[in-house]
Amino acid sequence: MAANEKTGMVLVSHVPEIVAGISKLIRQVAPDIALTTAGGTSDGDIGTDATHILKAIDENAKDDLMVFYDLGSAKMNLDLVKDMTDKTLYRYDVAFIEGAYTAAALLQAGVKREDIEPQLQPMHLDK
Amino acid sequence: MHQPQQLDGGTLGMNVEQVEKWMTLYQAEVEKNKDYLSQLDTDIGDGDHGNNMARGMTAVADGLEKDKPADLAHAFQNIAMSLISKVGGAAGPLYGTAFLEMAKAAKSGGTDIPNLLQVAADGVAKRGGAKVGDKTMVDVWEPAAKDAQAGQLNDANIDKLVDATKPLRALKGRASYLGERSIGHLDPGAVSTGMLLKTLLQATA
Repeated sequence: MAANEKTGMVLVSHVPEIVAGISKLIRQVAPDIALTTAGGTSDGDIGTDATHILKAIDENAKDDLMVFYDLGSAKMNLDLVKDMTDKTLYRYDVAFIEGAYTAAALLQAGVKREDIEPQLQPMHLDK
Repeated sequence: MHQPQQLDGGTLGMNVEQVEKWMTLYQAEVEKNKDYLSQLDTDIGDGDHGNNMARGMTAVADGLEKDKPADLAHAFQNIAMSLISKVGGAAGPLYGTAFLEMAKAAKSGGTDIPNLLQVAADGVAKRGGAKVGDKTMVDVWEPAAKDAQAGQLNDANIDKLVDATKPLRALKGRASYLGERSIGHLDPGAVSTGMLLKTLLQATA
């Protein structure tokens, strides 16, 4: 089955290697999905910043984006970015690796975002 | 030595020069206390608060220099964007939101300091999802805004709010991962917020 044509995925983490590693893992089950990442700050330091996240959102081929992230300050920057982009962001407060992996596998199988979300619910974390 | 300053709680609006003076004073204060802020953050966080704030305030100074703000709203907007893009840690979106909210208020004419502090405090609380008592900068922002409305914002009261974070257990932010072990340390964000408010008093005295 063809990958979901409407929805893409963005990964945000404090460290470039974290999103690089998770992307590698995800690509095994989801080679065709629209996936972009923002790891670290624009200056290459540990952390997240809105400008860098915005770049990953702009670079993604899709306008409808499922977003997964690691720690709380990434969440705050994502909320800021929501007001700065015309794309639609869906932020998931779930276990980062498990959540992104699950969503990616389902996107690759052509599953709709609305149908993926119930599968993410058990992975919820108070971030 | 600076005399303790106190706001009159009146409706006198802030102006661009005061904001520029405020940022100059705050940058100097952050630079002077860079290692102290990072040390506080090493105790219960990721140890980068001093460096992050210093980098952010350098960007704020550059931003105000490059793009001279025409009015109060532009000044706050300019500061917010520098902080959001350069601070890196949680402080970036939090302080950035504070200044964005003040920009919005200034645009609609609410330029008196108690009002500005209240919208900033509400913005910070909303962005971080923290309440008073969670051992975050909200513990200083919210009561300080109330103090300002009552004409009671002064150095002593600001210190009191900052010090009150020490015995708390962190429920939000990076320190919350430490649970009980966060007790007995000042919250770094509360400390840098205290400095921000004190320099505001100096700049507007």
